[in-house]
Amino acid sequence: MNDTQLVMYDEDYRKILAVIQQLVRDANAKGIFVVDRNGQLIGEAGEMRGIDTTSLASLTAGCIAATGGLAKIVGEEEFPIHFHQGQRDNLHITLVAHRIILVVVFDDRSSLGLVRLRVKKAGSELAKIFEHIQKRSEQANAGGGGDAPFSEITDEDIDNLFSM
Amino acid sequence: MSFINYSSREINCKIVYYGPGLCGKTTNLQFIYNKTNPDLKGKMISLATETERTLFFDFLPLALGQIRGFKTRFHLYTVPGQVFYDASRKLILKGVDGVVFVADSQIERMEANLESLDNLKLNLAEQGYELDKTPYIVQYNKRDLPNAAPLDEIRKLLNPTGVPDFEACATVGTGVFETLKAVARAVLSDLKQMSK
Repeated sequence: MNDTQLVMYDEDYRKILAVIQQLVRDANAKGIFVVDRNGQLIGEAGEMRGIDTTSLASLTAGCIAATGGLAKIVGEEEFPIHFHQGQRDNLHITLVAHRIILVVVFDDRSSLGLVRLRVKKAGSELAKIFEHIQKRSEQANAGGGGDAPFSEITDEDIDNLFSM
Repeated sequence: MSFINYSSREINCKIVYYGPGLCGKTTNLQFIYNKTNPDLKGKMISLATETERTLFFDFLPLALGQIRGFKTRFHLYTVPGQVFYDASRKLILKGVDGVVFVADSQIERMEANLESLDNLKLNLAEQGYELDKTPYIVQYNKRDLPNAAPLDEIRKLLNPTGVPDFEACATVGTGVFETLKAVARAVLSDLKQMSK
């Protein structure tokens, strides 16, 4: 399983952001969100500022998890592409590299065909970035955690969190 | 598994409240939600049936403050407790950093507690985790009820390894924050150990 701790550095984030900002333009999307399979938001782009992205991330992960469970029941490994059609806005959800979820929100300025086409390219670019992150995390784990910020924390630091 | 984001200087951890049906997992989260400063919490999501039984999960994002310049964020989830929702429970345990087992103190629920605890061990093992190696706290809920089992007895049954445990009455909040703090502390200590 891809269950190593996910550690993302600024350079990773900038690469991810560049891919999804390009995807917003290429797919005429309203908003794009990259979510970890465990429900954490990794990055966002587009014009949908101010929406509740934490809930969006958690529910998207729940949705992927539930349909993944359904897939296994009917003998599929995964259902990697989901499409939800609304009256104004639509959601296109893709599972990338078995770990990352790419959510594209689009309206009638775009089309499902265009989104599918552009997501394919962006998905493979994101897959490469996350494979790199994954490999680095695995190496760090094997080497005993690397330079994670938590290696230096003290019990006092933890206590201070609860002094509120 | 926790997500460390150097770009936004955030650490995100996932905590799951587990336990038998109607033991008070959702009530724990509701109490935390109601008593937390609005700046520190996000929206609470409950995917429940019409009769307010948890169908898939409850979710509450919580910010605890900074540690070494990193914002610590905890994502609290509950599982649906009813036996037949096992497939959903397995999904929610994926990527968990810490577990709270909420036990129902009523004598007649002891079997349900034991069954749920066995189920937790089994489902964790399926994900490749061991309960003994996972940050883990036990909460004995509903201590205010007249038919609550004696603490020694319930402890012997449900906490043989002696992990930190708390008596609670989640409807009025007794023990709720103590439990949350203990699991958050256990998760952070575990991260520290892993980093060494």
